[in-house]
Amino acid sequence: MLSSLGSAGGKSAKPSFVSYVTPEEIKSEKEPSRKEKHPDLLPGEVVFCSASTVLKYTQDDLSQRGVFGVLLCTNFRVSFVSDEAPTEEMVRTLFKNKLYGENDIPLSCVDNIYGDKRKLITGGLVKNKYPSKMIIHCKDLRVFQFSLSFSKEEDAKKIFQGIVHHCLEPKSLRCLFAFSYCENTSYPGSYSYCREHLRKKQTVMFDSVEDWTQDMKRTKGNCRVVSENSNFELSPKLPQYFIVPKNVSDEDLTKYQGKGLPMWCWSHHSGCALFKTASIPLVQEDNVCCRMLTAVAHNHLYSVKTEDLSDTLPTVQDILLSYNRFKQFFLIDNTTEFWMSDMKWFSSLDNCGWLDIIRQCLQKAVEVVESLEKENTNVLIMEEGGSDLCCVVSSLVQLMLDPYYRTLLGFQSLVQKEWVAGGHAFLDRSNHLHLKDKVESQSPVFLLFLECVWQLQQQHGPAFQFSETYLTVLSDSIHVPVFTTFLFNNDGHRDSLLRAESPHTQRSPLNCPTVWDWSVQFDCKAQDLFTNPLYTEKPKQDTSVRKSYRPRHLRQLSLPSSAFKTPPKKGFFKDEADNLKKILGVKRLSRWMLSPSSDSPQTSSSVREFYEAWQTKPLDYHGLLLPCLDGPSIRVWMQRYLRWIHDVQILGGGPVAMLSKVSEILGEVQELQRQLDRHGCTLTSNHKGARPRAKTAAAVIAARSSVRLSSSFPFVTSRNWSFKPAIPTSLLQSLMVTGMAGNLADREDDGGPESLV
Amino acid sequence: MEKQLFGGVAGGDSTAQPVVPNRNKPRTLATSGSKQDSVETLDSPTGSHVEWCKQLIAATISCQISSVPADTASGDCKPPRDGTKQVQTDEVPLVPGETIKAVAKDVMYICPFTGLVTGTLTSTNYKLYFISLERDTPFILDVNLGAISRLETISVQSHGENTRGMEIVCKDMRSPRFAYKEDASQPEIVEVLAKHAFPLSNDLPLFAFLYKEEFPVDGWKVYDPMAEYKRQGLPNESWTISKMNSSYEVCDTYPALVVIPTSIKDDHLKGVVAFRARHRIPVLSWIHPESQATIVRSSQPLVGPSDRRCKEDERYLQTIMDANAQSHKLTIFDARQSSVADNNKAKDGGYESESFYPNVELNFLEIPNIHVMRESLRKLKEVVYPSIDEAHWHSAVDQTHWLEYIRLLLAGAVRIADKLESGKTSVMVHCSDGWDRTAQLTSLAMLMLDSHYRTLRGFQVLLEKEWISFGHKFAARVGHGDENHANSERSPLFIQFIDCVWQMNRQFPAAFEFNELFLITILDHLYSCLFGTFLYDSEQERIAKEVQTKTVSLWSYINSQPEDFTNPFYVDYEHQVLYPLASVRHLELWTGYYVRWNPRMRPQMPVHQNLKELLFLRAELQRKVDELEREASSSRGSLSSSSEHTSSPSHSGGTPLHTIV
Repeated sequence: MLSSLGSAGGKSAKPSFVSYVTPEEIKSEKEPSRKEKHPDLLPGEVVFCSASTVLKYTQDDLSQRGVFGVLLCTNFRVSFVSDEAPTEEMVRTLFKNKLYGENDIPLSCVDNIYGDKRKLITGGLVKNKYPSKMIIHCKDLRVFQFSLSFSKEEDAKKIFQGIVHHCLEPKSLRCLFAFSYCENTSYPGSYSYCREHLRKKQTVMFDSVEDWTQDMKRTKGNCRVVSENSNFELSPKLPQYFIVPKNVSDEDLTKYQGKGLPMWCWSHHSGCALFKTASIPLVQEDNVCCRMLTAVAHNHLYSVKTEDLSDTLPTVQDILLSYNRFKQFFLIDNTTEFWMSDMKWFSSLDNCGWLDIIRQCLQKAVEVVESLEKENTNVLIMEEGGSDLCCVVSSLVQLMLDPYYRTLLGFQSLVQKEWVAGGHAFLDRSNHLHLKDKVESQSPVFLLFLECVWQLQQQHGPAFQFSETYLTVLSDSIHVPVFTTFLFNNDGHRDSLLRAESPHTQRSPLNCPTVWDWSVQFDCKAQDLFTNPLYTEKPKQDTSVRKSYRPRHLRQLSLPSSAFKTPPKKGFFKDEADNLKKILGVKRLSRWMLSPSSDSPQTSSSVREFYEAWQTKPLDYHGLLLPCLDGPSIRVWMQRYLRWIHDVQILGGGPVAMLSKVSEILGEVQELQRQLDRHGCTLTSNHKGARPRAKTAAAVIAARSSVRLSSSFPFVTSRNWSFKPAIPTSLLQSLMVTGMAGNLADREDDGGPESLV
Repeated sequence: MEKQLFGGVAGGDSTAQPVVPNRNKPRTLATSGSKQDSVETLDSPTGSHVEWCKQLIAATISCQISSVPADTASGDCKPPRDGTKQVQTDEVPLVPGETIKAVAKDVMYICPFTGLVTGTLTSTNYKLYFISLERDTPFILDVNLGAISRLETISVQSHGENTRGMEIVCKDMRSPRFAYKEDASQPEIVEVLAKHAFPLSNDLPLFAFLYKEEFPVDGWKVYDPMAEYKRQGLPNESWTISKMNSSYEVCDTYPALVVIPTSIKDDHLKGVVAFRARHRIPVLSWIHPESQATIVRSSQPLVGPSDRRCKEDERYLQTIMDANAQSHKLTIFDARQSSVADNNKAKDGGYESESFYPNVELNFLEIPNIHVMRESLRKLKEVVYPSIDEAHWHSAVDQTHWLEYIRLLLAGAVRIADKLESGKTSVMVHCSDGWDRTAQLTSLAMLMLDSHYRTLRGFQVLLEKEWISFGHKFAARVGHGDENHANSERSPLFIQFIDCVWQMNRQFPAAFEFNELFLITILDHLYSCLFGTFLYDSEQERIAKEVQTKTVSLWSYINSQPEDFTNPFYVDYEHQVLYPLASVRHLELWTGYYVRWNPRMRPQMPVHQNLKELLFLRAELQRKVDELEREASSSRGSLSSSSEHTSSPSHSGGTPLHTIV
């Protein structure tokens, strides 16, 4: 249905109004002006229904103030088009998403809809009913409140049911907007061109033997690239290409559809490597398990350590539950509610456990890093499906150990490798399709990973080429159903669907953009905000001038074992191998070195020592990075969670104030360099290394008058706000100060009755 | 990124110095010598940066540097550090005027972070100094005696017979513990410590009177009340700078110069003086340059249980209101909780009744008193020292209510600032006596309203004016040199204020000229008794004790090396009013101060490292451009054209920067 309608809209022509609206929706009294009130529809976008004179409340006050406009529901988004003419400022918003505007909600981005009296709306409502007020909570944490009571009943009913139907009720994958969008976009040339394009940008997609071979070579790994699954013959659930230890036999590959195969993630310079696997059903364990472990152990010095993440980390359901509690703190409907929740803020933070889950993931990653870095042991991490927490931990380990992944392109390649090719079930985890049987499997695992990355980034800012804004935008993009990156459960799934949907059967699969093609969402200027101006590229090795100045690359990073009181405990050597096999025969392999109960305190103290030993050494932003895990160091990702809440915008403040200063200096440096160039003189070579990426300057300088900016830059501009401070009401103040105090509060300030004359 | 504004270099630097100007640090003098030469300081961010980091380590650590393991991997990149050699001995670095009073060998420091260390404990008349050479790098712990709140003996049976233990409970959030052998031949080190830690209780002078360092800048000249009032545009037709208190007879806790309405007659004033607690009459603190709205501070009116009225006081407030033509109202912010203010009536205090004072609007800011704050900080210490409970960190901080009170203060100050700025209405602030919460609120509001106070010098003026000259009872609140640790007059109100400033600094990282180190240094010397700045309760007392002639000002030290305390991101926001967000969501526990003794909370590299490199690069480029231009112009025959930027002593390749990496 969509394709037939949508085919009219080419890329070039702005689709006309009439062709998208079913006849019964065109009412005679619709003024001609309505025509202008469409959002700019995307190629393949179709309006399902609309209602005029809908009131959109302004978020920041309890009064019934708001803006009137048209509310539409298309196959891509719920959109509100204000009756008021857009102001000039609105038009030149710096950080504009090309796909959707500030009053648009992509359908997959809708989290919950509430009706009157905050009643949660679920799919399958009684017909002919609609609430007068509709609140939409978005997955990117925006909150919209609409009043339908001013619209015509017919319209209101239709738009409400339309929105509920398209946002909350089960649908098939091909109804997702990506398919009609891609069919109607002459996306830059052909598929191959697109690939070419991406190649140039160097985000490694890990969809070819070469990509994998290349990555293994880069880390000097010594494993076997498997291409037998290129047509998903081994198993549709396995990646198209992957790497296993050398010693894995062909027979093992085909057995059990590859279940239990240790998949190579990354090789440490010492030769040991990180592998991940899905746990094997119990029946097979004694045999396969042992062989696989031996294969991993053979990779380097016959040592292996396993970590069963299912045992030690929260389950995907825990993660979902915790996140659901956490996000409620930020889905604020009104000011009073905000200040009320402000009082219990810190305690609520602890109670929801989200920060603790982040800490646990980071800690687990540090444990693995310790095994690789300090003990030079192969590590095999495993969990039930092998594609959730395994992905979190393995990618974090690589971020900590390998500076390449801390560059923008490196990071994107890492996500491709561990998450996309690694078979994280994005579709099931986000449940874009609202399938009843998938409700259980929904979980923000990828977001959890981004949270962990953010923690690392805020602790070691200059080590990362990408910015906080980049991470925030990436977390938003999960819910924009345009990119193939986040739409599928695994390689096989992607391949079969894209092929099936292809307009040209027998030929190349449907050509869809990946999220890494940021130009789909943002223009170049906005993309400049993705890079961190304080990041410096790794100094080149030609530092003849200063030989001693941090020439240390990865290989020299090993910590001296003298720093540790405890001997390496989790490795084993060949003579111990038999012993190991015995143990394996008896016990499920997850915890075969230490019993689970005695393990955790010991591990955490060992992690602590490892961290402290690392901390006393000079910090190298291009070497090993470890996060501090102590209470105060794990923080809330302010930009992501607080950006839409008007009351917590720091006008004139926030990190952007520093950013603009940095870019100012960068600008001056560039200007000076130009002057020097004019004089035909170049800078002494030893500074080249410390030279920051100069490109970022322009964009931020454009927005330089930091006084006008706020802490939620670049997501919200302060245009409509009065420069009035947010002041909690005095009622709340008196509420706050009860609690403790007690008789102390009644005491005289100066301790004695004599104090007053 | 902005979270950890400033970090130290952990790594190799185990030679932490106290954050004290020190003869052993030649740079202090070197810089000061060339201080006037601004070009040099500008062009050598590197040198100062190294020092800056050292200072920071000194400020944030000065103890518990765990020994660095024999480091083969990076051994070759270890910078040669001057001073490394001399610390290999256990010589105690002394400041001028400091003398060693007792030495105890084989003392064990029971470090909560790195275990037992054995070494030598020295007590001088200024500090406690512990050094151990048993690890690969010297382990040093030093504590200013002024920071000691109390000394306690503790049980250390496990360390053998005749072993005694002592715990040094400090005001700065730590409590180091030592174990030592009894030695009959020597006076007990505890007694020596106690004697010099609490000099006033032992008839000894405070160390500030013995300290003999000389600085090229005289910090006592920072604050000149006439100059400050002149900057504000005073006197004007409505306000006059009065000398009525020049001999402190009218009010013994007020400064000699106060600003009062011009039209007030002397006899009229007498009534007001009698009606205000401790004679702290309403006086002007700050005047808005455009609207002429003012911040006025005072103490509570002596209303009493019978709701006394005072015609003179009522007329006085009317005059203040009339001085501002933009508004026909006066807003009074009573910092106290309304219930407490009511209770004060029974004790002859109280608050202005809106029915007696026409056009007056009274607001209570509901801020608890000094005892509640003291209790809150005590709880906070339990949370942060020595260990941190990871999983319940936030709830633990929550239960101290410390951040709630910070929020309350900021919210109150925002309301005051907003009333002036948007309401163009004059504001009067008082609590009970008008020297605690009042000082907190007026100075915070002034910091929001007036960008001058956000500069390094301006902030010093703010402290000198609102806190020191207006009689915040530093001696009583801190308990300088006094052994009575349980004195209920002690309370961390000034710390709370500095915390608020830090929170603002965090929210507006580019709006303040000073940095975190500056704030930490102020707090360290609030206790240290090294400088005279924070000694005594009032201006009158300071004059009597000749503080300005007999002690050194903290600002002498700070202003002799201002670059160490300067925020590299500073942008002058000029007339911009800054409203910090008084939401707990944007407040954070100041780990750089409260948790600084925990080695894990210490960043390895200052976050601004890269910016410093950038600044250095800019300076370097500037130098080259200048050089080339000079060459070009000299080849044309016209010499010495661009002398403005004449270059600095050049840097050999810029290495100093990287030595600390």
